[in-house]
Parts: sequence; C-alpha cells; structure tokens
Amino acid sequence: MLMKCTAIIFLDRMKKLSVLGRISIFLVIGCVASLWFLPMWRIDLAAPQYPEGIFMEIWINDIKGNVDVINGLNHYIGMKTIHKEDFKEFIYIPIALMVFCGLGLLVLLLNRKVGYYIWALIFFAIAGVSMYNFWKWEYDYGHNLDPTAPIKVPGMAYQPPLIGYKKMLNFEALSQPDVGGWFFIAAGIIVVGVSFYEWKQAKKQLK
Amino acid sequence: MSLGAVVAFQSCKMKTTEAAVSGDAASKVYVAPGKYDEFYNFVSGGFSGQVSVYGLPSGRLLKVIPVFSQNPENGYGFNEETKPMLQTTHGYVPWDDQHHLALSQTNGEHDGRWLFANANNTPRVARIDLKTFKTVEILELPNSGGNHSSPFITENSEYIVGGTRFAVPIANQEAALTQASFKANFKSTVSFIAIDPNSGHMSVDFQVILPGMDLDLSRAGKGPSHGWFFFSTYNTEQANTLLEVNASQKDKDYIVAINWKKAQEYARAGKGKKMATEYYHNMLSEENHTATSEVVKEVLTLDPNELKDFVYLIPCPKSPHGCDVDPTGEYIVGSGKLAALIPVFAYQKITKAIADKAFEGDYYGIPVIKYEAALHGEVKKPGLGPLHTEFDGKGNAYTSFFVSSEVVKWSIKDLKVLDRVPTYYSIGHLMVPGGDTKKPYGKYVVAYNKITKDRYLPTGPELTQSAQLYSIDGDKMQLLLDYPTIGEPHYAQAILADKIKAQSAKIYDINANKHPYVSMGEKGTKVTREGNQVHVYMTAIRSHLTPDNIEGIQVGDEVYFHVTNLEQDWDVPHGFAIKHADNAELLVMPGETNTLKFVPKKPGVYPFYCTDFCSALHQEMQGYLRVSPKGSSVPLKWHTGKTDSAAAVATVR
Repeated sequence: MLMKCTAIIFLDRMKKLSVLGRISIFLVIGCVASLWFLPMWRIDLAAPQYPEGIFMEIWINDIKGNVDVINGLNHYIGMKTIHKEDFKEFIYIPIALMVFCGLGLLVLLLNRKVGYYIWALIFFAIAGVSMYNFWKWEYDYGHNLDPTAPIKVPGMAYQPPLIGYKKMLNFEALSQPDVGGWFFIAAGIIVVGVSFYEWKQAKKQLK
Repeated sequence: MSLGAVVAFQSCKMKTTEAAVSGDAASKVYVAPGKYDEFYNFVSGGFSGQVSVYGLPSGRLLKVIPVFSQNPENGYGFNEETKPMLQTTHGYVPWDDQHHLALSQTNGEHDGRWLFANANNTPRVARIDLKTFKTVEILELPNSGGNHSSPFITENSEYIVGGTRFAVPIANQEAALTQASFKANFKSTVSFIAIDPNSGHMSVDFQVILPGMDLDLSRAGKGPSHGWFFFSTYNTEQANTLLEVNASQKDKDYIVAINWKKAQEYARAGKGKKMATEYYHNMLSEENHTATSEVVKEVLTLDPNELKDFVYLIPCPKSPHGCDVDPTGEYIVGSGKLAALIPVFAYQKITKAIADKAFEGDYYGIPVIKYEAALHGEVKKPGLGPLHTEFDGKGNAYTSFFVSSEVVKWSIKDLKVLDRVPTYYSIGHLMVPGGDTKKPYGKYVVAYNKITKDRYLPTGPELTQSAQLYSIDGDKMQLLLDYPTIGEPHYAQAILADKIKAQSAKIYDINANKHPYVSMGEKGTKVTREGNQVHVYMTAIRSHLTPDNIEGIQVGDEVYFHVTNLEQDWDVPHGFAIKHADNAELLVMPGETNTLKFVPKKPGVYPFYCTDFCSALHQEMQGYLRVSPKGSSVPLKWHTGKTDSAAAVATVR
C-alpha cells in the first residue's frame, strides 16, 4: 500500500511540471506579449538615391515605416501597392497568439508535462504557418506584376528574401527579425529548452 | 646677369594675390564630397532682390531664396499663391534692392528661427522661415523714402527697424525740390517693427519722426545698452541736389541714439499720434500654401520734439556708414566714409553725458551730445574710407575700408591697429559669423566686394561681384578663399549649421494641405468651368500628371492649373510647364499645391509636362491641352490612362 502510494506520488511528480517549467510559462507569455508593443519583422532597403535607407516594419497587426515611399517606387515594376487592410493576418495572428497565451495559463493550471509539450507544438505550428504565410505574401508581391508596368526585366522577380540579403535592380534588401521577433524567437528557444528539460527529468525519475 | 635682372625686377613688383595666399589655405576650406559645411551663410542679393545661402568655409552656393523679386525658376511671384506677396500700395512690385539681413536672436544669440531682409527701394521688410527657407511674410513701410537702415534686430527679437535712407515729405505729400522746401517739409522716419515671439508676425508698432536727413546703417544696443538703437546719418546738410558735394560739407554728421524702451512707453501710454496711411501686409499661410494681402490703414507716430528725452544725436565724422555695437554692448563704432579715423563711443559715457546734459546744442530741437563727452577714443590712421565693423568676441574689431580696399583688425581696448589684409577689390560690408551678436563664433571674416575685374575669367563688360574668406583664428588674418556671388552682396549673416539643419523641413504633409483647390489623391482630380474660368484640379506623382488629356478649352479661357504634388518623400519635386505660357512654370514640393494661370491666345494642342527630372520616366510625364476656337461645341472632358471617358478619371498606379 505504502509502496503503491509512493509510486503514485512518484508517478505524479513525474507527470507534473517542474518549478522551472512553470516559471518558463510566464517568460514565454511575456515574450509573446511583447509583440503587441514591438515590431516583429523588418525589411531594410538601400539604393544610391536613398543613402538614408528606407524600411518597412511588420507588426502582428500593422505595417509601419516608409510604406508609401515603397509603394511609390514599386509602381515602376508593376508591383501591387501594400495596404494594411489587405492582410487578414493582422486579425488572425493577434487572436492566435492570444489563444496561445491563454493555453499557457491552462497548462500552468493543469500542471502536466504533456500539456507543456502540446503547448510547445502549438507554438511551432503558429510560427511555421506565419512564416509560410509571410513567404507566400512575398512571393505574391514579387511575382504577380502588372503586365503593363513601365519597367520589365525579363526573368526578373522582385520577391524580397524571407530572411537575409538580396539585391534587386538598384535596391539591396535585408530582411530580418526586429526586436519583437527576437523576443518571439527567445520564446521558441525557451519552450524547446524547457520541454527537453522536463522530458529529461521525467526519464531520470523513471530510472 | 640677365636672370639676376629678372629676379630683381620681380621682387620690385607690388604684392600680388598669389603672395597673399599661403600654402595650407586649400585644406582649411576643403569640405569633402558628402560632408557638410560648418556654417550657413545668408548673403543679401543687392539688386537681384533675393537672398543667397552659402556654406562656409567651402563657399558653395546652396540656394537662392526668392524674396523681393519674381523667380520664374520656381514660380515665386508668378503663381497665383505667391502673387500677393509682392503687392504694395503702388501695385505689384516684382523686384527690389535687398541690402541687409538679420537672423532672429534670443538673449543676444542667433536662435535659428527666422531671417529678416530689407528692401531698399519700395520700402519693405521680409521674413524668411528657416524651417522651409521660404519667404513667408512681407510688410510694406509707410512714410519711408527707401528702407536702408533695416532690418537690424534687438537681442530678443523684440523689434527689427526700418530707417529711411531718403528724407521725404511724409504722408505721401508732394513738395518743391529746393533746400528751403527740404528743411520745411522733408522728414526721416524710423519704423519699429514688432516681432511676435511665437509666430514671428511683423507689425509696425510705432514710427519715430525725425528731422530731414538720410539714415544709413543701424544697430541695436545689447547687454547694458539693450533698450537703445543707434543709426548713422549723412546729409545732415539737408541738400536736395548734388549730394556728392553738398552732403559732404559738414565735418561731422550724427549718430542717432533712440531709447526705444522709452519710446515704447510713450506709445503704450497713448502719447503718440495716429496717422491715417496705407501699407500692405502680405502673409503666406503654411496651411493652404497661399498668400493673402491685408491693407493696414493707420500708423502710430512719435515726435521727439513733443515727447522729450528719448532721441539724442552724437556727432560722428564725415558721413558715417557703419554704426556697430561690440559684443559687450559697451562700445559703438562709427565709420565715417570720408574720415581718416574711426571714432569709438562708449555707452556709459553717452548715458553720463545725457545725465550731465553735456550737450553742444540741438538739431531741430533734438539734443546734440558733445563729441568728446561720448567718445571712448579714436583709431588713428586705420586706412581710407572705413565702412563697417564686426567683432570676434575676443576684444578685436574688423573694419572694412572701401577706398584702401582692405580689412583692418584693431583692438577695442587700446584702439591699436593689429593687422591688415588687402581685399579684391573695394570691399563694402564684411561679416564675422555671429559678429553682430553677444557671442560671435569668430573663426572667419568674409569680405563682400564690389569690383572683381581681373579676379575671374572675364565674362564681358558685366562681371560678378565676390566674397573673400579670411581665417581670423591666429594673430594674422589669412586669405583662404575667393568666390563669386549672385547679385550684389551687401551685408550677410552666418549661423552654425547645427542650429538649423535638424529642423529643415523635408516635405509638406499632404493630409494637412488646406489649399482650396487641392486634389486629395487622383480620385480628387477634375476640371470645372465657371463662365470663362476653368479650374484644373491636377495631381503629379511619379511619373504622370492626372488628368493628362484635357479637351473643351476655348481661346480666351482663364485656365487655372492647380497642381498638387502627391509625393510624400524627400526631394521629389514635380514641375509643371505648358507651351506658350506667358508667365512662368511651377515647381511644386511634395504635399504642396501651386497654381499656374494660362490664357490660350490661339486654337491648337498645347503640350504640358513636368520640368523637374523627378524619376526614370520623367520624360514621359507629359500631356495635352486641346484649345478650340471661342464658342466651339467641344465638351469639357479629361482623363489619364483611358482613351474614352468624360466622367470618371482613371487612376493608373
């Protein structure tokens, strides 16, 4: 009886989140919540006529920076103009992230490792879908060009890089996470790291 | 033997320009490509009527600001928005003679807000906004024969002044041209133009009516002498003809000292006389990019014969030009154009002389202080024809000499000449950056010269005038640079670039554009007809005008092209020009609306296009206006990008 009881307690401890795991939920929620206050992604453009540089900031619910300037330039190559209203993502992404944060609190309440693992998977599902979506938009803007555009360069597409550097005509483009994006990446590292830690701990206790 | 003779002959030659420039001058004025100058230098344009902006020490011309003269280059004074700027009581006056400049000051230092400019011919003062480098206000001055001693400024920009160079009968009266008539009827006036500390708006607060004589230059007191204004005069002989001789008879003319704080008290106490008159006040609104004129009907005058103890005269040798106050505000330097010495007056001595009533007499009832009682001392034998003095803030003064064509450095304290350098040739004003403030930046003195002769490649009989930059860092002045100027430079101002460059506007916010004929986007473009007036609401964006095809215009119609530049990026202006326009073109800045009036005289098709190379497809930025004979039945229609539409306006992005 005592044995069984100890085993249950032991098993329970094995299933329950560690202190680190529970603290990490707050950290991850904090990192994700920062996206409401900080830009997620940034595309910098440079050309001889723009020594000061122009840029575009992607937020979870907005596009900021020199969007009008970029729209003005893009009409030469027949690229569609960028308008905040065109992106349904600016509604879905904040909802998805809010749900994700809520689920985090639920995991904390249930206090089960398996809940944490599922939460981590949801994180990467959101991240993955978002990045794919970002790439799709870039592809769409870069390839679906007005056939009557003044400047047509055979074989030339104007898809900006998903991440990293690319030269397009007279412009150099650099695409990279902004401050909020780095917080999001930090959140990713934390959920992976902590999931691994929880899993190792469970295995250790099993031995 | 013969070689020796040549060497000997060479060394006997007079000092040449080459000899005056030493080896490292070039490096001191070299501003590498892409780097900025240390100073903005605003230079009066003289008979060009405009103000030029140079960088120092490079001497590079950065901009010419249209002020009193029409400028077809950007439509100033030609477009409907700016025409009111040049309206006067004598109609539209599209030119002037611009002599002196004053940067706004706070606590006796440049604050970088506004630049004031005078018009010597049709008496006016202008205010230039240093965020946009645009003329935003022009005020006409009543009872003035020519606004020369202007727009000198007080240490907190309370007032700029306007003193008449030509004594005239006031209230636009006519009078006989005899000396008796001059003495009886001719007056000099000084206008005190109040500056609103927030908006910069100018208004004539009061005018001091002085006996007939010619007011030349002026300076406000500062520090201890704040509250006073000093004016040099000539023709106190009161000659009405051959002034060259007749106004050079007296050994001394006067420096007029006006206690403006006391005058202001008289004005506030209602002791002045209101005189009915008319003068124009023209202002450009930043909201709608449009100027409007207001006619002011009254001016408050103060008569020093009735209201005592606020005007005094100080004898000053030989038709003085400069009348300059040193950075401490203690010393006033008079420069008699025909004198062989420079008198320096002390403010403390002037106030003591007034308290002691150390007067030698009066001039039309105004007390004349004894010369010696006001004098700090004289600089002996400084040169010939002293004109104007500026200061370096280290106790030294720099005086220009027109006749001996040189700049002379001397010590205020002991009045000793320290150094002299030649100018090329016949210097008028000179300028030390901040040299008229409490804290001069020092470093350079710039000479503004009238004659250039052999200085540059010849360009026929009409030659440029010039500026020469000297370093004043060391004990000896050193010539660094020599460069041509626009118009005729008289006085100039220079301010540290750091005080202005960050505030310089890049665009106008299109959403804040309240122009009555603005087109907010291409969807807002249209063409409307009211009788024979046709209004074209047009937009410009890289690289098309909307509408670019317009039909239904008839000979004799007044066509107003209201062009809105939709760009919101730095340095993307668009131009607008139409064939056979008899006025000018437009140059429209991002977010701005400008209007060109065009009255076609003959039927035909008139191309119009963008005149500013705005983009890769600038050349394609063009369109057509169809003009039919008067009474034609061609309907009014317009479009861009579509070939058949009378109603909708296409938008091609």
